[in-house]
Amino acid sequence: MAIFDVFLLEAVINGVLLGGVLALLSLGLNLIFGVIDVVWICYAELVMFGMYGMYFLYTVYHWPILLAAAASIAGVAVMGVLLHLLVIAPLLGSAPINQLLATGGVLFFLQSVATVLFGVEFRNLGLRLPVLKAAGMFVSYSRLLAFAVALVGMVAVYLFLQRTYVGAAIRAIAQDRQIMTLMGVDTRRIYVVTSALGGALAGLASCLLVLLYDVHPFVGLTFGPITFLICVLGGLGNFGGGFVAAFVFAEIISLGGLYLDLEWGYVFAFAFFIVMMFVRPEGLMARRS
Amino acid sequence: MSRYLPWLAGLALVLLPFVYRAPYPLHILIIILIWSFAYTSWSVMGRFGLVSLGHGGFMGVGAYTTALLWNFKAVSPWLGIPLAMAAAGLLAVVVAYPCFRFRITGHYFALVTLALSGIVLQVITATRDYTGGSLGYTPERYRGGSSLYAVQFGSKTTWYLVALAVWAVGLYVWHRVDRSMMRYALEAISEDEDAAAAAGVHVTAEKLKITVLSAMMTALAGALYCQYQMFVSPDTVSGIAISLQMVFAVVVGGIYVSLGPTVGAVITILLAEVLRISFGTRAVGWDNLVYGVLLVLFIVFLPKGILGSVLDLGRSRGLAPPPRVGAPAA
Repeated sequence: MAIFDVFLLEAVINGVLLGGVLALLSLGLNLIFGVIDVVWICYAELVMFGMYGMYFLYTVYHWPILLAAAASIAGVAVMGVLLHLLVIAPLLGSAPINQLLATGGVLFFLQSVATVLFGVEFRNLGLRLPVLKAAGMFVSYSRLLAFAVALVGMVAVYLFLQRTYVGAAIRAIAQDRQIMTLMGVDTRRIYVVTSALGGALAGLASCLLVLLYDVHPFVGLTFGPITFLICVLGGLGNFGGGFVAAFVFAEIISLGGLYLDLEWGYVFAFAFFIVMMFVRPEGLMARRS
Repeated sequence: MSRYLPWLAGLALVLLPFVYRAPYPLHILIIILIWSFAYTSWSVMGRFGLVSLGHGGFMGVGAYTTALLWNFKAVSPWLGIPLAMAAAGLLAVVVAYPCFRFRITGHYFALVTLALSGIVLQVITATRDYTGGSLGYTPERYRGGSSLYAVQFGSKTTWYLVALAVWAVGLYVWHRVDRSMMRYALEAISEDEDAAAAAGVHVTAEKLKITVLSAMMTALAGALYCQYQMFVSPDTVSGIAISLQMVFAVVVGGIYVSLGPTVGAVITILLAEVLRISFGTRAVGWDNLVYGVLLVLFIVFLPKGILGSVLDLGRSRGLAPPPRVGAPAA
């Protein structure tokens, strides 16, 4: 019985750590949705490019890891801006579903660009962080680091949104798009800033995910869907809801993985998501479109 | 004259394999017909703004249910396919009913159905003891792989005719929906749900009907694909990539015209084949790269798709008859 409890506790802790990373992932997507009112279906593919950035800069070109991380974050932020200017901006006036589909096209595009440029091999950073042993439990150091950085990243975004002028403008636009234009806020500029911020968060997430997963062109499909579900479950654009939902999902995946397979963890998480629509549709529709 | 054009074209398509029977082009035609049917199934509901990203899931259910029933319970696909379609229909009700009941629309609906795609893909992968997981699955051959009872045909000509028939049925269903009251109800709903409800449209029931119809057709496409290829893997018939592929092909071909999905299938499959033949393994990834760029360009510049835009162009120059009653396409 005692051993069982240790495994359970270990799964719970790993779930919390995974939750931190998922929360960071969903934060960027949520920000984009809350402010610009579009869903970047290709969000996870931006993360994938960030992971490749880390891999090439650190493992192939031997940059210092922090510099490589900074460059990756900046790179994905630039991709976010380009995505906004090239794809989203021309479609701002059209049906929301068209914006969703257009970013779906970008998803195909980014996956194939990665396939063409980097091939389909699985690559990893080749960085082995030690495993933390405490009270008979094994917690990987990289997960702990990812969790800590995710928390710091989220606090930084929170402070940015709460304490700065641009942050206030972003929050205001998320509340009322029309009025803010009348108040003299340049929405186009705010959209670009938000896209850059969303991209940077994807970049930060990629620096952490590359510690946990091998990178390949289709890696986005492994955590992309779960990120969308977290955002929807928390109410798209609702930062607090997304944060809570990330931890709930991570625990379901982690505990499902403990008792059955990892895939069943995902099945339960997806099923939980659908059941939640029966039970708490209002949580799902905090901001109905 | 143009009245008889669809029938003449249909006759030509039926006679084709008796005149020209090179296996490779015939194979491509069969694949195009099966996917055209799948894309048509999607567009039956997609054209009303019900953008589902769960159709990869329905297709996977269709393919795997039929194959699993055959291998484990020796249920003939003649019974297995209807059961698979029923299973997909049931799944559609379970997911879509709460969506419609609680008025989850637009990109919320797309994301919820995306979860469905994910579930089906993960369940197929997780039950690898039965389904072979990501390694794929093969229905057992029956009497040398040529049997009406097992819906396994050795000859490509037979498969071509089967696929052609199913595709024609798909177009027929599309037209029936196009001419029905349901179409007006659903168009009203896609414009404004409240107004439609006030005008006496049962919003939830109408949306549910079309979703179940579309899901069942998609399951049939999945089952057919599996029976023809005699191999399925989670990545070829289910998951988000397949769902997006369906949406993509339909948008490129034209979402509001009956032959749009078919044109989309022809373009996407031929593009992939041409790239594969001319560049071999170096082409890996290029087809999707071109798709991706095209999808974005189409949504920005040609939201009616290739066929839709061409017909519009013809119409504005007075070359084609007006769109409604007696629509030109087959």
